[in-house]
Amino acid sequence: MKAKPSLALRIAAIAGIAFLHFPLLIILLYAFTTEDRTYQFPPPGLTLKWFGVAFARQDMWAALGLSLRVALVATAVALVLGTMVAGAMYRFNFLGKDVVTLSLILPIALPGILTGIALLTTINRLGLEPSFWTIVIGHATFCMVTVYNNVVARFRRLTPSQIEASMDLGADGFQTFRYVILPGIATALLAGGMLAFALSFDEVIVTTFTAGQDKTLPIWFLSELFKPRERPVTNVVAIFVTAVTFVPILLAQRLTQSGEELHGGGKTT
Amino acid sequence: MQTAVQLINLTCIFGNVRAVDRVNLEVYSGEFFSMLGPSGSGKTTCLRLIGGFEAPSSGQIVLFGQDASRLPPYARDVNTVFQDYALFPHMSVLDNVAYALMVRGVPRAERHRRAGEMLELVKLSGMEHRRPSQLSGGQRQRVALARALINQPRLLLLDEPLGALDLKLREEMQIELKALQRSLGITFIYVTHDQGEALSMSDRVAVFNHGQIEQLDTPKGLYEHPQTEFVARFVGSANILEGRLIGLGEGRFALRPERVRLVAGSEPGAHRLVGRLLDVHYLGSQTRYEVQVEGGRITALAPSQEEILPAGSVVTLSWDATSLRPLADGIPARPEASV
Amino acid sequence: MTQTLRPPRGLWRRVSDLFYLHPGLLLFLLLVPPMLWMGIIYLGSLFNLLLYSFYSINGFTGQLEYRFTLDTFKTLLTTPANTDIVIRTVLMALAVTLACGLIAFPIAFYMAFYTRGNTRTLWYMLVLLPLWSSYLVRVYAGRLILAQEGVVSWFFAQLHLSWLLDAILKTPVLGGPSLASSYFGMFVVFTYIWLPYMILPLLASLERVPKSLIQASADLGARPGQTFRRVIWPLAVPGVAAGSIFTFSLTLGDYIIPQVVGQPGFFIGQMVYIQQGTAGNIPLAAAFSVVPIVVITLYLLLVRRLGAFDAL
Repeated sequence: MKAKPSLALRIAAIAGIAFLHFPLLIILLYAFTTEDRTYQFPPPGLTLKWFGVAFARQDMWAALGLSLRVALVATAVALVLGTMVAGAMYRFNFLGKDVVTLSLILPIALPGILTGIALLTTINRLGLEPSFWTIVIGHATFCMVTVYNNVVARFRRLTPSQIEASMDLGADGFQTFRYVILPGIATALLAGGMLAFALSFDEVIVTTFTAGQDKTLPIWFLSELFKPRERPVTNVVAIFVTAVTFVPILLAQRLTQSGEELHGGGKTT
Repeated sequence: MQTAVQLINLTCIFGNVRAVDRVNLEVYSGEFFSMLGPSGSGKTTCLRLIGGFEAPSSGQIVLFGQDASRLPPYARDVNTVFQDYALFPHMSVLDNVAYALMVRGVPRAERHRRAGEMLELVKLSGMEHRRPSQLSGGQRQRVALARALINQPRLLLLDEPLGALDLKLREEMQIELKALQRSLGITFIYVTHDQGEALSMSDRVAVFNHGQIEQLDTPKGLYEHPQTEFVARFVGSANILEGRLIGLGEGRFALRPERVRLVAGSEPGAHRLVGRLLDVHYLGSQTRYEVQVEGGRITALAPSQEEILPAGSVVTLSWDATSLRPLADGIPARPEASV
Repeated sequence: MTQTLRPPRGLWRRVSDLFYLHPGLLLFLLLVPPMLWMGIIYLGSLFNLLLYSFYSINGFTGQLEYRFTLDTFKTLLTTPANTDIVIRTVLMALAVTLACGLIAFPIAFYMAFYTRGNTRTLWYMLVLLPLWSSYLVRVYAGRLILAQEGVVSWFFAQLHLSWLLDAILKTPVLGGPSLASSYFGMFVVFTYIWLPYMILPLLASLERVPKSLIQASADLGARPGQTFRRVIWPLAVPGVAAGSIFTFSLTLGDYIIPQVVGQPGFFIGQMVYIQQGTAGNIPLAAAFSVVPIVVITLYLLLVRRLGAFDAL
């Protein structure tokens, strides 16, 4: 291949990346506009007042609190269950392994709306009320897949002889888990956990169905989109949400070094 | 002599492959015992069964007079040096070596002191705080050895421990390992596919083929008196003669190349063959001759002469009748073992 | 002396011994909780949803009847308004997939063959960050720049190309009062949102093209065009196919984007949402949600021939 790319290729690649990033910059700009009813461009003036307005909104804080609690619990459940499957899939060969793989692919292969409505009809049929816990159940399901993908990729790099060496030197199964396996997969657990957290924090499609009257931050955000007034407040929250999800993602990328395990990683909406 | 390991009808089946097939074996205390064989011959599986990393399908493993067939690795008084060393990447060299003491609850100061001593023994003092990734292959090998020896096991298993090292380092380590084994008086079971390594280090060698032991003997016994064609060919090289031989009866015989004499010209007679020199390989102190005789080829190995016969010459090969070793039938390859 | 030093780990060690002797027990304990979760909560719910699609709403009482019937599917497939929705959604998914492929290819190609080391990592993050950043925020961003008085209109005006924009908006079917409420605008936003899902698998498959192969092709006298067609494209096809599974499936099931950006004409996802919600016809919602499953299955069967599963 030639040492230098053609100009056309370079322009096409850069334009494509710009297309991916330009809209987010505009969101940032509109958080400062003085016009609060339309998306007039260029903004007639710039102001900082929307930050104050946004932070004074009680309903926003309530939604944020709910989102954080849901994300924490869903991530915790997903970490335990996802690591268990990953361990089983790594350590054992068994009949029906393909079925397990399939059931872990389904939540990311099928559109999220299916998960949402399926859970809702089931919740209704069982006569349950949508609540904090129904949100958590929905989130934990796809977060589990994310954790599984991260941890199983790391397991594959852990040589089986390390585990054998530990047992050989007198450590029983639990000691081996604590001193050899856990340190080996720690960063993958952390990365998987952070991605799961970001995923849950941002989820709207499934949540719409399982939340009932509760409002997570994305649902609050969605309802704000259809309100004609104080539009820049939405932008302030959008920046905030973006920042909150970026931090764990960047950290997770650091932890997995190449970031190859982040590939999709179960992120579909 | 006290028995360290006794294997009784030991069998291990993976799917439809009999990796280890009814092996009976005794290893004596203080012995340097090698398991030799090509890859897939069952030698490594046999070692892993003794270490407790595989479960036997049937048969028994007796360690120091105790049935250990169902004991987990951590309950066996046996330690292992793994082929890939299996060092823990997240621990320092010192912590790697002290691992066995740590899981037994030895206080930190005590275990670090003893780990330091072990590192001194394998000549790695000063490397305590490095990570395994910062060591060379030879140094990692020594750490693995120190780690396996710190518990003073009565039996040490070594799974091709020198396989990843280059030739010169390997030869140095062979000498060191042998010296270490002598000075510590520990029983070593050493798995290798390198016949030279097995012959030079071992007290006794078991040659594995198709999951079974073809022959168990001292290095000299294996080389001088191979009992099957497989052993004759795998341990050193051998000419296989077949037919009726005067004074020896009918059958197959092994003849080591260095026992074949070679002279120019045609002088037929008993225990002689006339042939044409196909190829001459000059190896320095010795020269290898490939000779085409009626019905096959024969290799002869002789001290190098000033004058080397040219290829194409007619030569006569001769040998003493006592150099011919009668061969028995070996272990047949079973169809299910050929995977 | 080694034997005497054994800490009192009685119980743990006995459990560990048990697992050693019966590895199946450990497997069972590891697998059962997550599989119960997946099997009961997730697959169970999907199954329940499927059941609902075979129930129906009684036309007179408006009550749900728990009786097996194909009526709901019949309604779905024979009402022109409903079939329109299915066709519209599938066409949109195809168009979005095609556009994502066209935009993603130069990016992935450039990354695979012309970036290394830190530059590569930077490009990689530039693709990954939008993928992981808030979906909703990005949808909102799309609507924001497409708004009537928004950035895009402004750019067209600055370039004296407003006539072009007007022409697009006046196009039948595709156009609308503004970009933010037109199928064309919706198409742009879909493409923007799902683009990273196309780039990553494509990049993964292009990375597997050995550079030496391209060198060899050039050495043998192939012109760049030939090298591309004969060497690179065949190896990239599985990546394109894998990426298209994502873009296609995601577009098919989405209900937020058609709601935030777009025309009054419904899409499958919206129908599911509305039927279960305000309309209260859960069987019809369930039947509608079976449609993406069927279409995606057909699509998967199609792309499997292209080797997409190797690149997933």
